[in-house]
Amino acid sequence: MQQPDPPLISLERAGAERGGRWLVRGVDLTIRKGEIVTLIGPNGSGKSTTAKIALGVIKPDEGSAHRKRGLRVGYVPQKLSVDWTLPLTVARFMHLTGGVSSAAAEEALSATGISHLLASEVRNLSGGEFQRAMLARAIARKPDLLVLDEPVQGVDYSGEIALYKLIKTIRDDIGCGVLLISHDLHVVMAATDRVICLNGHVCCQGTPGAVASSDEYRRMFGDRVDAALAVYEHNHDHTHLPDGTVRHADGSVTANCHPGDGHHDHDHPDDGHDHGHPHSPGSGSGPKAAEGNRDAG
Amino acid sequence: MLDDFFTRAILAGLGVALVAGPLGCFVVWRRLAYFGDTLSHAALLGVALAFLLEVNITLAVFAVSVLISLALLLLQKRATLSSDALLGLLSHSALALGLVALAFMTWVRMDLMGLLFGDILAVSKTDIAVIWAGGITVLVVLAAIWRPLFAATVSAELAEAEGMHPDRANLMFMILMATVIAMSIKIVGVLLITAMLIIPAATARRFASGPEQMAVFASLAGMVAIVLGLESSLRWDTPSGPSIVVAALVLFLVAMSPLGGLIARFARGRTHSPKAGGKSS
Repeated sequence: MQQPDPPLISLERAGAERGGRWLVRGVDLTIRKGEIVTLIGPNGSGKSTTAKIALGVIKPDEGSAHRKRGLRVGYVPQKLSVDWTLPLTVARFMHLTGGVSSAAAEEALSATGISHLLASEVRNLSGGEFQRAMLARAIARKPDLLVLDEPVQGVDYSGEIALYKLIKTIRDDIGCGVLLISHDLHVVMAATDRVICLNGHVCCQGTPGAVASSDEYRRMFGDRVDAALAVYEHNHDHTHLPDGTVRHADGSVTANCHPGDGHHDHDHPDDGHDHGHPHSPGSGSGPKAAEGNRDAG
Repeated sequence: MLDDFFTRAILAGLGVALVAGPLGCFVVWRRLAYFGDTLSHAALLGVALAFLLEVNITLAVFAVSVLISLALLLLQKRATLSSDALLGLLSHSALALGLVALAFMTWVRMDLMGLLFGDILAVSKTDIAVIWAGGITVLVVLAAIWRPLFAATVSAELAEAEGMHPDRANLMFMILMATVIAMSIKIVGVLLITAMLIIPAATARRFASGPEQMAVFASLAGMVAIVLGLESSLRWDTPSGPSIVVAALVLFLVAMSPLGGLIARFARGRTHSPKAGGKSS
């Protein structure tokens, strides 16, 4: 991953606030050509916000966000509702932001398995079909960077595996960088180079472990897992519970991790968290996370 | 031919309908009906200012509409009130200011009814020239910003992320709206301009299988409404604006009826060949 060419995207201590509340703070993130980075974290942890800062849709309120000049982006937003008054076929949708040849559009549609829906109106598609259409539209652009915000939501399990494989194939074929937001807290795409766990800040980052090494997931998914999925083991002192709350090392449960919640730093100076305190300048992650990072590289 | 007031009215009306169609589609898609109302109500303030400063009415209305659009953009950024509350505030204060200003100008003898509801007798050759020159300019600009504007209509974030500059397109769109409203006053009147934007577009929705097609159909529906409306206005001596809107409404109802369904099936059946969707690119 130590390539000489400049990163496609780099965020430095970026943060965004709305109405006095920080959606996300102190995010360091770089994505290079051919690299797949997965963001995980509970609802409201700032995954989509981070992606939007990276895309330039949201201007960072602190820190900085840089994109490579002339970066060609393919974006699958988390939500997109097409008004019923809008007559929009899948074929027209493929050309939404331009620069896509009809051949590339058809190729992308057949890669995502919905070429039969070319003439259908977008608002008549099912949730899973629409996700595939959005993914097809993004990859048909042959982008330098794919940003996928929960691209497999509403897609059935075998479809999910197939789409993850497709994303990897596309990365291999056109060598784009991929920023993927996972809808799952622990299961990520196996081809992921780096997992970043967010909860209002970067909790930790590292490489995903192979699913095969996790008995729990083998029990859950059986042998169908097929090397497309992987588990990300959280190696920090607190646990993100499924409902979005956080259980800390001292056993207490809070709604979020944020500076000054009384659960960080004083007991665990090296717990892998950075809360923007001046004594830890420039490091988005503590020693443990940095270790994981080095493993990835 | 242009010496006949009725021919002048038809020509002017067709020009307005031609432009109102595609623009109206965006008003419908983006749920901007109230924004259209706001601009048209503000037009009355423009008329009052035109009398006060002795400048061209169309120009003054255009200027006021643009100012109101910019004020709205600015206030939305501050976002202390919801969008529709802001629109209501701007809309009705501009209308009230306009009416009060006109009442003060006792030396101005003007036909308020004609202003509010349109007056076919008032259409001059200059008006026709202004409407067609303005209309063609609006269509050219709209064609130039069509792709980013349409992408931003589907998803502003997506358009922004993929480098389409939706803010620029949105600003241009507001200016186009202001232009059309300034153009339309004499034909449909201040109170009914939004109807000319919305009703033909809603009629076209039933028959269209693509956005570009819907824009063309909306123009056609609007033009038919203009001819029917002005004819009946002449025959029954009704104000031109309401007559046109009633004609547009009748077209809409026909489109929604089973007869419209048959026509729609025919129109879509012909355009739903596999290549149909790609024709826009």
